Amino acid sequence: MSEQTLIEAVNLALLHAMEQDEEVVLLGEDVGANGGVFRATDGLQQQFGPDRVMDTPLAENMIAGLAIGMAAEGLKPVAEIQFMGFIYPALDQIISHAGRLRNRTRGRLSCPMVLRAPFGAGIHAPEHHSESTEALFAHMPGVRVVIPSSPGRAYGLLLAAIADPDPVVFLEPKRIYRLVKEEFDANREPQPLDVCFTLRSGEDITLVSWGASVVETGEAATQLAKQGISAEVIDVATVSPIDMTTILESVAKTGRCVIIHEAARSGGIGADIAAGIGEHCLLDLLAPVIRVTGYDTIVPMARMEHLYLPAVDQIVTAAIQTMEFE
Amino acid sequence: MRTAVAQFEIEHLGFLDPAGDLLGELPADIGSLEQIKRGYRLMVLTRLFDTRAVNLQRTGQMGTFPSSLGQEAVTVGFSLAMQDDDRFLPSYREHGAQLCRGVTLLEQLLYWGGDERGSDFQGPRKDFPLSVPIATQCLHATGIATAIKLRGEQQAVVVCCGDGATSKGDFYEAINVAGVWNLPVLFVVTNNHWAISVPRSAQSKAETLAQKAIAAGIDSLQVDGNDLLAMEYASRQALERARAGGGPFLIEALTYRMGDHTTADDARRYRDDEEVSKYWQQDPIPRIKAYLVAHAGWSKDDEEALQNDCKQQLEQAVKDYLATEPQPPEAMFDYLYANLPEAYATQRQQVIDKASTNPNGADHE
Repeated sequence: MSEQTLIEAVNLALLHAMEQDEEVVLLGEDVGANGGVFRATDGLQQQFGPDRVMDTPLAENMIAGLAIGMAAEGLKPVAEIQFMGFIYPALDQIISHAGRLRNRTRGRLSCPMVLRAPFGAGIHAPEHHSESTEALFAHMPGVRVVIPSSPGRAYGLLLAAIADPDPVVFLEPKRIYRLVKEEFDANREPQPLDVCFTLRSGEDITLVSWGASVVETGEAATQLAKQGISAEVIDVATVSPIDMTTILESVAKTGRCVIIHEAARSGGIGADIAAGIGEHCLLDLLAPVIRVTGYDTIVPMARMEHLYLPAVDQIVTAAIQTMEFE
Repeated sequence: MRTAVAQFEIEHLGFLDPAGDLLGELPADIGSLEQIKRGYRLMVLTRLFDTRAVNLQRTGQMGTFPSSLGQEAVTVGFSLAMQDDDRFLPSYREHGAQLCRGVTLLEQLLYWGGDERGSDFQGPRKDFPLSVPIATQCLHATGIATAIKLRGEQQAVVVCCGDGATSKGDFYEAINVAGVWNLPVLFVVTNNHWAISVPRSAQSKAETLAQKAIAAGIDSLQVDGNDLLAMEYASRQALERARAGGGPFLIEALTYRMGDHTTADDARRYRDDEEVSKYWQQDPIPRIKAYLVAHAGWSKDDEEALQNDCKQQLEQAVKDYLATEPQPPEAMFDYLYANLPEAYATQRQQVIDKASTNPNGADHE
């Protein structure tokens, strides 16, 4: 057992993956000598050398394209995009090639790559450093989108993403990179992709979230418990494809659901989950499904970003509103 | 004080004039006559394939198709210079190179006929499928070359793009990283003078496209792309150098797109027939044939046998293509991931059911 922050857990997963499999290589801007601007790759170039931890020229589209070529050759590249706000030049490579290579060659070539990027608001960063646009990637066939919500989960899910034979966009909630230290077993075992994790069992209402918002969602559940409301908390973790089975089973039990995400509301993954609940357990519902989300605005700069982020009291209020629905 | 800190020049390479006569003495290590005969055969087959494919499209038996008419010496030239274990990443007009690499006529017909199995090459298993998005494949080539270099293997990568593609960031990003990482990549820029309707002159103010390599610090050469000897020779030198660790190279192959962009295009809307007629004088096929007649004793009988053999091979492939059963409907799910996530199981069953009740897609015809 070791006690680590989320960013340390990412670093440890990369270290263990590289020790275990020499096909694993890292690439990105400043990932080598500097160890990444958040230190996700700290010490790895020193240990594995510049052939396996590559500082690339400054071009995100190129990083993705390079990784696709490497992956097609059987390497397992883990590419870092420094911030999600800079990932957009790479979208063409991810949607047009990474997600399609296996399908269009009928399995002859594949793309076992991971594209890591820190995402989300809340660290008083400059413009373009705060978006949560995971829904863009969730719409891409052939690509998985995985978002950890705690150090232990980051460790296990990143190992799984690297081992996975298909491309994974791995989004790291940077607001909680150093929020808490968690004790977890760094046993080199991946945690499962494509499944939700039930973090807390409850009977009255289901709270569904992912990423950094899982922290506020957990706190809301604690406050609701004090008011006699028993909330079940589900961490979606793999936001594409979504494990609706776990969510539907929970909602069938509780009859109530609030979905919490930091990303803008419209076209968000919360809408997709709510639609799935409507399709499959309408008659179990005791109240409408409510979403607590970021606004359909540009993420405001530092002075107002706290107003954008879903807050604990918003979640509690939404849950009570749902409980009181008649 | 202002002083020159760097100076550059771009060379042009050609061995044959349009009539197939030698422009000067050939280098001692020019492509062997056997190799050039093989190239000639591939060029003839490619032209027959192009003509037949357009015909199949016009008669509703194949999808939209981009002819490579007039560009046969480019694609056959560089691919003759490749070794089997090199990697090739085509754009979408390199039918001749794919044939040379061992992608079959049937696979190419299947691809253009709308069947993904056409990219499951049974021959060159590591070659990339063709790239419809422009220039994106240049970056995949650098990734492959990085893997080759990391593993210490003596192989090279050839990637093709067009003159229009050199305007894209992917192209610049690829030549840049290939240069700074000294990757074993040959970039072949097929300058056929047209990007659909946009002429080369409207694509870039650069005097040559070969000079774009200079900014990336890599060597380049402009080659007469309608001269098979020159294309094979320049490519072979570049590939030998790359395999030996000498780094990337860029060839600007000067040629001309004799046909429409694709069967969905009508080039008469934007270019003069006069210009096209002028380029027929540069046709690469009679040119290399004249060379073989003069230097390899290529006879009328040889020619007749070659034409018959190619036509027979092509007609057999067309027959096989038309007789190929479609894929099962669930194939659209079965290669999406190594293991289809449970989340998509319902949709997979839905398409199977849909195919059983609506097998011909009558609503959308």
